[in-house]
Amino acid sequence: MIELENVGYNYGGGELFSDLSVQLAPGSFHFLTGPSGAGKTTLLKLCYGALTPTAGRVRAFNMDVKGLDRDQMAYLRRRVGVVHQDCRFLDHLPVVENIALPLTVSGRGLSEEQANLQELMNWVGLSERMDALPPELSGGERQRAALARAVILSPDVIIADEPTGNVDWEMSQRLLRLLVELNHMGKTILVATHDLPLIRAAKNQVQARVLRISNRQLISAGADL
Amino acid sequence: MNALRKLIIGDAQADRVVPPSGFTAQLTLFVSGAMAFLCVFALALSLASGRVANRWSDELARAATLRINAPAEQREAQTEAALKILRQTPGVANARALTKDEQAALLRPWFGAGIPLDTLPVPQLIEVTEDDPGYDAQGLRLRLQAEVPGAVLDDHARWRRPLVDAAIALRRLGVVSILLIGGAMAAMITLAANAALAANAQVIEVLRLVGAQDGYIAQAFVRRFTLRALSGAAVGVVLGMIGVFLMPEASEEGGFLTGLGFQNWRWLLPLIIPPLAALVAFFATTRAARKRLGELA
Ligand SMILES: Nc1ncnc2c1ncn2[C@@H]1O[C@H](COP(=O)(O)OP(=O)(O)OP(=O)(O)O)[C@@H](O)[C@H]1O
Ligand SMILES: [Mg+2]
Repeated sequence: MIELENVGYNYGGGELFSDLSVQLAPGSFHFLTGPSGAGKTTLLKLCYGALTPTAGRVRAFNMDVKGLDRDQMAYLRRRVGVVHQDCRFLDHLPVVENIALPLTVSGRGLSEEQANLQELMNWVGLSERMDALPPELSGGERQRAALARAVILSPDVIIADEPTGNVDWEMSQRLLRLLVELNHMGKTILVATHDLPLIRAAKNQVQARVLRISNRQLISAGADL
Repeated sequence: MNALRKLIIGDAQADRVVPPSGFTAQLTLFVSGAMAFLCVFALALSLASGRVANRWSDELARAATLRINAPAEQREAQTEAALKILRQTPGVANARALTKDEQAALLRPWFGAGIPLDTLPVPQLIEVTEDDPGYDAQGLRLRLQAEVPGAVLDDHARWRRPLVDAAIALRRLGVVSILLIGGAMAAMITLAANAALAANAQVIEVLRLVGAQDGYIAQAFVRRFTLRALSGAAVGVVLGMIGVFLMPEASEEGGFLTGLGFQNWRWLLPLIIPPLAALVAFFATTRAARKRLGELA
């Protein structure tokens, strides 16, 4: 689905990482971990095309991300559901409309998708908070709303950046279960987190590969977590 | 075509993705209203001065008349002498004595048909058509005074020549004003659109993250500004037309100033101002959005 070949990136200072290769096979579940500032968010951005690599090549759905024009990039965003580290919403629209935003911008009528939307809200447990505005949500509610928004177009790949960043253990378990469920539906999942207990908990539920960025390299972490 | 339809019908949901932003909305409404209002007057001015220029230049072409007030026995000779002088005068294109029938026709409205022209002391009329440049009226008068004592030169239409020039210049000014108003409006709306785009940079970013194409984002702004310009201009035009309507009726004495209105079907002309304003806003906003979205890579 998404392949990184000898990718390097630098923001203008030094190389953040270099010569980094990984393949996200269809239906796989990957965790990405590493110290803060190691470049986890940067790597995810490379995967969904928000950044283009300064070296090497990123291919998504067999297309070189570098060659995409703006419209193609918009289509790529619809095929890859992203939960950002700072889940941003349109603060003037109620939660339900924010979750439906990918539908709106791709020109799909909300009325046909109403049942779908309702089901999705139930799934993430936000059906009571549908009409709240994003600033009124708690951290966990925001994360779940962001996840719902990421999956509403039924993308093949779901990328989540610290989805349990500011929630308690119970809520992070709940979010993990949602991600595992999505993986069982056949979605390819990539989650960046430094929450090691979460990774350990996940290993009981799903076949997950753990990648770690350290010293500008990507290494496969073993059972030593 | 499809884009235009989508623009007019719109998409209720798409309209909501950009938050209603107070001051740019009001600025656009106000600017288009004010500009449309001014545009109505500029239009009225150029139409009225056009009318005046046409009417007066017609009269100018008809030029002057020379009256020969002489006793019946001298009339013929004086007429001949006057014609001779006129033909020698530089700046006179043509001079022609009116026939009895023509003179009778001129007098008929006052005296009725069947006037015995021969028995009345009616002056002989000579029609003088001017060249461009015209003759020297002062010199001609002096010469006629000396040689044809009964001749009176009536060149009433002449003083209007500078006024005709002024009317033509005024019409030109009106047209230039309309163009300037359009340009100023485009500039102001571009400014307002840029302000709105800048204020909504966050919104644009979120929309992009969820896969909105630039066209979709631009449309959300363009539609809003176009509709605002349309409604603002509609209000401005209505107010402007009321203003013109309340001007006094056109009258002979008032001439130009009181004629500053629209006549018959021309009352419909200001109605094209709102669609034009919408068009200006459409292009101004489209350009601003394209540019801005291109920069926000
Ligand atoms: N836009 C940017 N311009 C310049 N430097 C940046 C930019 N974004 C990130 N960086 C730097 O790149 C490095 C990696 O950032 P990144 O956000 O990828 O780290 P991370 O692993 O996601 O960290 P965290 O766990 O805190 O989220 C950091 O040192 C950061 O300061
Ligand atoms: Mg990060």
